Amino acid sequence: MPARRIYPIYFLFGTLVLYGVLYLLPGIIGIGYSFTDWSAYSDKINFLGFGHMFDNYIKAFSVDERYLGYLGNTLLFTFVTTIAKNALGLALAVLLTKRIKLLNFHRSVIYIPAVLSAIVVGLTFRSVLNPADGLLNTFLRNFGIEGPQWLTDPKLAIWSVMAVDTWKGMGYIMTIFIAGIMSISSTYYEAADLDGAGAWQKFKSITLPMLMPTITVTTVLNVIYGLRVFDTVYALTNGGPGYATEVLYTGIYKEFGYGRYAMGTTLSSIMFVFMVIVGYLLIRAMNRNEVEE
Amino acid sequence: MAKRKILGTVGVNILVWILSIILITPLILILINSLKTSEAAAYMNLSLPQSIEFSNFLTVIKKGKLDTAFVNSLIYSVFSVLLCTLTSSMAAFVLSRNRSRANKIIYFVIVLGITMPINFIALMKVMQFLQIVNTRIGIILLYSSTQTPFNVFLIYSFLGKIPREIDEAAVVDGCSPLRLYFSIILPLLKPVLITVMVLTFLNTWNEYVLPLYYLGNTDYWPMTEAVYNFFGMYFKYWNLICADIVLTSLPVIIVYLLGQKYIVSGMTAGAVKG
Repeated sequence: MPARRIYPIYFLFGTLVLYGVLYLLPGIIGIGYSFTDWSAYSDKINFLGFGHMFDNYIKAFSVDERYLGYLGNTLLFTFVTTIAKNALGLALAVLLTKRIKLLNFHRSVIYIPAVLSAIVVGLTFRSVLNPADGLLNTFLRNFGIEGPQWLTDPKLAIWSVMAVDTWKGMGYIMTIFIAGIMSISSTYYEAADLDGAGAWQKFKSITLPMLMPTITVTTVLNVIYGLRVFDTVYALTNGGPGYATEVLYTGIYKEFGYGRYAMGTTLSSIMFVFMVIVGYLLIRAMNRNEVEE
Repeated sequence: MAKRKILGTVGVNILVWILSIILITPLILILINSLKTSEAAAYMNLSLPQSIEFSNFLTVIKKGKLDTAFVNSLIYSVFSVLLCTLTSSMAAFVLSRNRSRANKIIYFVIVLGITMPINFIALMKVMQFLQIVNTRIGIILLYSSTQTPFNVFLIYSFLGKIPREIDEAAVVDGCSPLRLYFSIILPLLKPVLITVMVLTFLNTWNEYVLPLYYLGNTDYWPMTEAVYNFFGMYFKYWNLICADIVLTSLPVIIVYLLGQKYIVSGMTAGAVKG
């Protein structure tokens, strides 16, 4: 019996309609709209003309506009949170695979922020980071330190946002690392013990190299998340003070709010094309690994 | 040596306790302050409440319209879970079993969605065309659509472990594709389906962006929009905001505690295999 009869095409319809129409299609027509003057102020959408078709893109990368700053913040956010979550997640995972009492309790506690909504986490830290009577500055005052304006100092705000996001996300990364560490055969460590290796040596020469595939995965997850971040920034600073913490997706939402649809869809398309290329290379690389295995 | 080891073990235990306590403190802060009077909560500190104000919860439910928001969130989550699990598993089944050239390309494009971002503004155009902006059905379809790539990926990987011979035997016995799928394959997929359902539920419950763009009508708002909006209106009443946060987070924490095993297996599925 032909495969098509046992595995009929109509099984794909639901997914193809949902994914094709509501996910893929907007991404593709969005690129088309990025060559137009689409805005809330006119019912007509006009093509910019061949001479000017890239005007929105030129604007997006122009130093006179704010958009380059959004891109810069997004990249900084992605870079820093990826490193911080990987480093802290790994450290926590190493710690929480040792013989510890109430191990699962501790793992759950550290993981819980990851299941909460980013909006809720954002609101929570608006209180904790409040300069006047927030928990953090009250705590610092015990040591005679007057804490800074965590979320309203233009230089500091993005770092506070990144710290909160790391607090929320590192438990998830830790969980993946724990699974990775557990899958390393204990014989390596036993052999190292016989050779008299110390804890740091074991970490450097066994744990770290054996975890490289896992580190690749967590890095990819963090990068995908970081480039698309919205909720945490929106709830904590909404891009402020000024545009100091504006990332791409909060910026796109503002363009949407101002009715500058063409510019919003241009910024989305830049990300779309970039991420499709990244995704393509990634899946290709992963498939190659599978073949090698 | 033995003494040093015992000291080390005690040290590690203490260190882990300190870390856990520091990391959970913000959440304890919310819990404590949700029980205080608004005067006491104005300082948002960790001192225990003088009197326990359970009435805060009733106040937020009434003022923050949390009852409708809760029902909305529940409707959106349940229907998205059902719809997306059904469509994703059916698609993953066919894509994994019949690896024709076309199916390989389809699978590739779907999995690409894991990295591909949504163009929210162009999506508005599509939603307007379909006339599903500001409707419950529209938002359920959107939630299902955004969860599709990862769910197809998870179920597809799991199907690799179920031998094809089962399908062939069933077909020889005269099973139709639908019966093969619903009475034989679906029960075998139970572990991965639970993972998919738990993750889809949590993601849908926590989702904030999609309603922000596509649900203008406050009667349709889920918990996340309701809590943020409540914060905007009552930003001076931290006891009420905390109570609102507690009520919004309670369902996800319960689902997390019940489905912990499945969440971890889902999150580490692709990761450890590489």
